[in-house]
Amino acid sequence: MSQKILLDKINIPGIKTYEVYRQNGGYASVEKAIKTLTPDEVVEEVKTSGLRGRGGAGFPAGMKWSFIDKKSGKPRHLVCNADESEPGTFKDRYLMEFIPHLLIEGMITSSYALGANLSYIYIRGEYMWVYKILEKAINEAKAAGFLGKNILGSGYDLELYVHCGAGAYICGEETALIESLEGKRGNPRIKPPFPAISGLWANPTVVNNVETIAAVPWIINNTGAEYAKIGIGRSTGTKLISASGHIKNPGVYEIELGLSVYEFMNSDEYLGGMSSDRPLKAFVPGGSSVPVLPAHLIYKTANGEDRLMSYESLSDGGFATGSMLGSGGFIVYNDTSCIVRNTWNFSRFYHHESCGQCSPCREGTGWMEKVLHRIENGHGREEDIDLLLSIQSKIEGNTICPLGDAAAWPVAAAIRHFREEFEYHIRFPEKIKNRDHFVAEPFEKVKHLVSKVIV
Amino acid sequence: MKVTIDGQSIEVEPGTTILQAARMIGGEVVPPAMCYYSKLKGSGGKCRCCLVEVAKGSEADPRPMPKLMASCVTGCMDGMEVNSKSSPRVTEARKSVTEFLLINHPLDCPVCDQAGECDLQNLSFEHGKSETRFIEEKRTFEPENIGPNIQLHMNRCILCYRCVMVADQLTDDRVHGVMDRGDHSNISTCISKAVDNEFSGNMIDVCPVGALTDKTFRFKSRVWFSKPYNAHRNCPTCSGKTTVWMFGDEIQRVTGRKDEYHEVDEFICNGCRFDHKDIADWTIEGPRAFEKDSVINQNKYNRKLEKVEIATEEHILLGREEDRKKISMAEIPLTEEDIINQKSLGNNG
Repeated sequence: MSQKILLDKINIPGIKTYEVYRQNGGYASVEKAIKTLTPDEVVEEVKTSGLRGRGGAGFPAGMKWSFIDKKSGKPRHLVCNADESEPGTFKDRYLMEFIPHLLIEGMITSSYALGANLSYIYIRGEYMWVYKILEKAINEAKAAGFLGKNILGSGYDLELYVHCGAGAYICGEETALIESLEGKRGNPRIKPPFPAISGLWANPTVVNNVETIAAVPWIINNTGAEYAKIGIGRSTGTKLISASGHIKNPGVYEIELGLSVYEFMNSDEYLGGMSSDRPLKAFVPGGSSVPVLPAHLIYKTANGEDRLMSYESLSDGGFATGSMLGSGGFIVYNDTSCIVRNTWNFSRFYHHESCGQCSPCREGTGWMEKVLHRIENGHGREEDIDLLLSIQSKIEGNTICPLGDAAAWPVAAAIRHFREEFEYHIRFPEKIKNRDHFVAEPFEKVKHLVSKVIV
Repeated sequence: MKVTIDGQSIEVEPGTTILQAARMIGGEVVPPAMCYYSKLKGSGGKCRCCLVEVAKGSEADPRPMPKLMASCVTGCMDGMEVNSKSSPRVTEARKSVTEFLLINHPLDCPVCDQAGECDLQNLSFEHGKSETRFIEEKRTFEPENIGPNIQLHMNRCILCYRCVMVADQLTDDRVHGVMDRGDHSNISTCISKAVDNEFSGNMIDVCPVGALTDKTFRFKSRVWFSKPYNAHRNCPTCSGKTTVWMFGDEIQRVTGRKDEYHEVDEFICNGCRFDHKDIADWTIEGPRAFEKDSVINQNKYNRKLEKVEIATEEHILLGREEDRKKISMAEIPLTEEDIINQKSLGNNG
């Protein structure tokens, strides 16, 4: 049983309410931070912990905090990014729904560290019931004197609001989130200036993921050095993984970074192996945006080391043989699933969610989706595979925000590792027309058809 | 601050963007810009046509930037070295952006009023390909009427956001904006209101393509058949300095005065643009200079016309004598004998 930091109290009955949460040591970090530490000491503590952003990019949180412009004298803001919309990721919802006070506590401590007097939680519109839970938790915290004017008699004021988005994936990008929070169309801003200099209402702003902020209370209570001991190398602490797909026990798990993928997949404490006797075919380690990996690269990296659940190990080998930890949306496929259909599904998502601001993403995502739809439905042409690779390489890196990259990577990875399946779809359209192609006969059985050269 | 673009150095003020520095140098190094408009605050960064490679970040931090940067929104640093046209990565990226902009474009230049002064035409002339890899159905929009003066062709739009910024920064109440998202985002008035503002006509001038065109000029003439003259009038609302496009003695169209990057010098009011087409309203200053390579320049009537000859064998288009006999109609009226012959043919067959 590994150490739990975020979910250790999740099973206490009534932990949703302020009283139970407080009785179990809740809000201790707020008391400790406000009474005994200066804001800079809190930032220093988070820096020592090596906590990395849990939203996907994995940027060190303490570093991000230290970039915030404190000299300008403008009011500063902390914004919590709860716009979790990545297909395959549902960890923040779990955290906010079942232990909302942990996020509120983290928000207060972090806001204190940044000197923010007005902070926001931006939650996606589809999480309306979670929004209500958070509102209730904020009211309880306010009644207990942890929010509002003069918190714990220290003279520090903090107002915390929950803001509901309107259901756009792009608003999870930090500058688009800020635009949306300001009441505008959720288009990502052009950087620089970065939010740490000019963010919400042109004030210095820090945007952090729910899980990042929820880890702060433990760091303050137990010191950053203690947190840095958990995990492996530069991947410190614990990570929530939302596991889904063809596995025995789907759900949200808290793991210590550095756990091996094999153990995570097969131990009964975690996923408990595959859901049926069909073998593992592929997995996506970090939500739909990251490259998919084929079976032979899942447990071992390309140079034969064990693959671990950590930022470094999952990206070992670059995109050629590696992937990314991303936001921790762990999707497992057995051999009945069709990679082409899955890629088309992801591509359709990015086509639907592109904001339409910059041309490569606006036009390219739609184009890729149409080509993939054609291949998936048996109207593909032999040159379409190279066409897809060409389109994705033209989107990648040329867009304003990372959504273009996120749309391009899964397509490139699927073709890189599963090119034969695309060729199968193109060359044998009659075999895929009933949509049960790999259920009836797994790809391994029909693979020999593709390897024949067709003149 | 010293910036080097494609090997040419220039001293610039702090805060200058790479695109502005390139325009100061001029010539080949200037990146194309579809969405950037120097007179509109906050424009640029969207079309990605002006991507450049920064080979050296600055004197203090000489590392190259890993990604291509949009030159219209990237500030210059001292000692920066930029590759624009000289970099194969940049030319490749511009080609891709051109392709992306064209895949859903209707390519209806033959009936488009913008043809001849269209930035997208210029861009594809330089960076486009003659064939397409896009075999899907193009995305289309329902036509929308946005008022008596301005014609909106949403299918042609490249979403540069310039017209939205004009409405924001020039007029009091913006009634149009970008609706929806992704490749279905479109310019629209929210609840089908008409765009009705004294300066709304400037949307036509800033539009880089034929998405917004002048209704009073619609299908009247091709751009290259009329000649631009600088003209002015005493206008109570704007400066009154315009370009009038004349065909003989007729003023077909009035626009702002555009510079070499197709940006207007001064925005003009709708009164000047739409309501004063009489030659008596204007003081003509003289003909405008136009670019050497522009399509307007192609139509010089003072040039001697050359006779075109197609190099073929003599009479090859006429065909052989016997073949011509075979396929020729019989002479009419038919003789009685012919009629009988034909009837018998019909009966037998």
